[in-house]
Amino acid sequence: MSMLAAIRGLSVTYRRDGSEVAAVRGISLDVVAGERLAIIGESGSGKSTLALAIAGLLPASARVEGSIAWSWPSSDAQAPPSVLPDISPARGEVALTYPLSPVNNAAEDRPTAKLPISPLAGEMSGRTERGVTERRPSAIGEAEPPLLGRDIGYVFQDPSSSLDPVMTVGKQIAEVARTHLGLSWPQAFAKASILLERVRLTDPASVLHAFPHQLSGGQKQRVAIAAAIAAGPKLLIADEATSALDTIVQAEIVTLIRQLVAEDGMTLLFISHDIALAAELAERIAVFRHGQLVELGVTAQIVDAPTQAYTRTLLDAHIGLDAASLLNRAGLHA
Amino acid sequence: MTLLTVSNLTKRYRRGGKAVAAVDDVSFHIDPGETLALAGPSGSGKSTIARLVMRLIEPDAGGVEFEGDDFLALRGAALRARRARLQMVFQDPLAAFNPRATVARVLDDPLRIHGIASRTERPHRIATLLERVGLTAGLAPRAIHEISGGQRQRVAIARAIATKPSLIVLDEAVSALDVSVRGQILELLLDLQRQEQIAYLFISHDLGVVRAVAHRVILLDAGRIAESGDARAVIDAPRSAIGKALVAAAPRLHTKRDAG
Amino acid sequence: MSALSRFLRTPEAVAGAFLLAALFAMALSAPLLFPGDPQAIAGPALLPPFQAWSLPLGTDRLGRDVLAELFHGARTSLAVGLAAAAAALAVGAVIGTLAGFAGGLVDEVLMRITDAFQTVPAFLLALAFVSVVGPSLGVVVVAIALGTWTGPARVARAEVLSIRERDYVASARAVGMHPLAIAFREVLPNALPPVLALSSVIVAAAILTEAALSFLGLGDPNRVTWGGMIAEGRTVLRTAPFLSVVPGIALVLTVLGVYLAGEGIVEATAVRRGLS
Repeated sequence: MSMLAAIRGLSVTYRRDGSEVAAVRGISLDVVAGERLAIIGESGSGKSTLALAIAGLLPASARVEGSIAWSWPSSDAQAPPSVLPDISPARGEVALTYPLSPVNNAAEDRPTAKLPISPLAGEMSGRTERGVTERRPSAIGEAEPPLLGRDIGYVFQDPSSSLDPVMTVGKQIAEVARTHLGLSWPQAFAKASILLERVRLTDPASVLHAFPHQLSGGQKQRVAIAAAIAAGPKLLIADEATSALDTIVQAEIVTLIRQLVAEDGMTLLFISHDIALAAELAERIAVFRHGQLVELGVTAQIVDAPTQAYTRTLLDAHIGLDAASLLNRAGLHA
Repeated sequence: MTLLTVSNLTKRYRRGGKAVAAVDDVSFHIDPGETLALAGPSGSGKSTIARLVMRLIEPDAGGVEFEGDDFLALRGAALRARRARLQMVFQDPLAAFNPRATVARVLDDPLRIHGIASRTERPHRIATLLERVGLTAGLAPRAIHEISGGQRQRVAIARAIATKPSLIVLDEAVSALDVSVRGQILELLLDLQRQEQIAYLFISHDLGVVRAVAHRVILLDAGRIAESGDARAVIDAPRSAIGKALVAAAPRLHTKRDAG
Repeated sequence: MSALSRFLRTPEAVAGAFLLAALFAMALSAPLLFPGDPQAIAGPALLPPFQAWSLPLGTDRLGRDVLAELFHGARTSLAVGLAAAAAALAVGAVIGTLAGFAGGLVDEVLMRITDAFQTVPAFLLALAFVSVVGPSLGVVVVAIALGTWTGPARVARAEVLSIRERDYVASARAVGMHPLAIAFREVLPNALPPVLALSSVIVAAAILTEAALSFLGLGDPNRVTWGGMIAEGRTVLRTAPFLSVVPGIALVLTVLGVYLAGEGIVEATAVRRGLS
């Protein structure tokens, strides 16, 4: 078990109309390489803020304290087969800690930042450097290693707003592959076509040339997943990725995510409000409430023997197919 | 006597030159004080049926009989007056209110429009309604966007019961709520049903919730009724393909965990 | 409060507000500082500026005090600009709301009428209307509004088309609210912000149109207007350019002030909407 990310004392504060709102308070959490970790909580629990902080997607106005130390498993021989067909990356174990505070110590960091930080970095060192400097100023320091899109794939809740409405699906996926893998357009399109097959879209050839509005919600989310994994990320973050879908499509997408994560050896961060869904997919569950980590444990322990009252409340609030009828409790004839 | 009878209801939409039936020859009835659930995947027509029954949209064919009258024949003032008996609660508790509204204004509207209380009585009635749904009367002057999602849905229910309806259409009314709030709202709805004999047309994609609160269920697939019957009987042993798929897809806390 | 502080933080908005404040001060103080008739003869004709203390901006061809005319002209510009814009926004918002909310035949008829007004250049419409009805302040206001209500109407209709599909409109119908009450209590107030965003452009355009009408001799003959002053000065442009330049600058600064302040308000409120 090697660590992918060690989050220490992470706090995120948003400024809203003059007052400060702490969305995440002092979270310490380890993400183990290759695991499926679910972050669950109700609205306002800070689970999405945590995901955004990990992905470096927080708005510039957010104030961040604490650190995220990344350690990319660079000696693994199981690079995603479909992703790294002909790249011979520089290999070497690296573990870098980067300060999250806005303190500018870029001068000291400069040499470290040039270390190969992922299997791809050796191949595209020039690119990486530019990619790093080009990134929007976010809460995470400038020299922080993982690059969203290349090292981290992010799937949002609403595929309609995360896909470009005036660009064909194929082009959107190809663009990710082109940007991060340095492929030519024809190669990138071929890659997009393979990816659409991998996300089990029926008739991927026609989807390639379709616009998002021509697809159903489930199809769009499959496309968004294809784009997220296009560059072969080590970490896939699914942020309420199934919440806007109906139960049947939700189950299909969960199955798909499980398969893709297993095939590519990705680490999965599954953000959800649904404890039952998290229990089906994740090996470990972290329960969040009011920006704090309430409980963290393997799924069986969380579901069968929660130590915290709040976790118990969430479990009791779940209305499954085996739940007792509320009609009797309310004194109504069933 | 049945409260609501829907017969052969059909609604088609034009999509790319073709007419697609969103609701195709659907018939059902609801008895007073009963909860009938409509369940199905997205696009199965359940929300369209809700809007047809509410006459927010007009059907292409079929009939709706409500409290013994032809509901589709009502026009203008007669329709608006009858709407007092047939109310609706929407999925998104924020979108269902005028963004400029206060809690008091939201509850004032039905009381004023249907002449239920005079101007001087209304503040008292509003306070009573708020207490009826488990809120404090002090919430009345607050703006809708200031209160929490659960409180908003309680206000929506208060608005729905203000006119003493016999039927409330609940269109995914608990789907957008946090699970801990969801349980409280369901309890409130069942409590109101028990005390005032309100019938519900309960629209949901969540079979677990349907099984817990509905007397009967209709499973819809592509605008048609796939299966119907006693809610627990149907969900515990579905016969239709869509019923089996919906049951298989429902997240479970314990059983399927080792599948991956 | 926070919208105001955001407004005050942008230098353009502050400049605009300053210009507008100066304009209002001129308009309000005109009867106090220059109590007499501004069109009365005050001294020798064509006195250049900065020659006499009592007539700091000099006099025109007939010996009228240019400064007094300028102050009283601000009243006309402001009154006509605000009244015409208010009329155009009100008519446009109501027609746009009715068209968008009712749909069908009502929408079709109202929008064809809008088309008809929009195809005629606004200035020609105003010109024709004033020449037929005769020049007076009220007529000028109506004439300008005639050509400018179509923009607000289109914006309001587009906004209403999206708002009428929202759940809260459906809730209002479900509660049994009268369609007109829904249109004007639920829909119109929420459709207004983008319509009001047009107001600065419309006020500025109305002030310019009024000046142009006056320049062509179609302004209210009983009132001093900047357009009329420019027209007066035109005949002696070579010998006394200040007679045209002074009201011209006033006009430019006014339009600039209205525009900048309007932009500032839109920016400040847009930021707030974006946040919430």
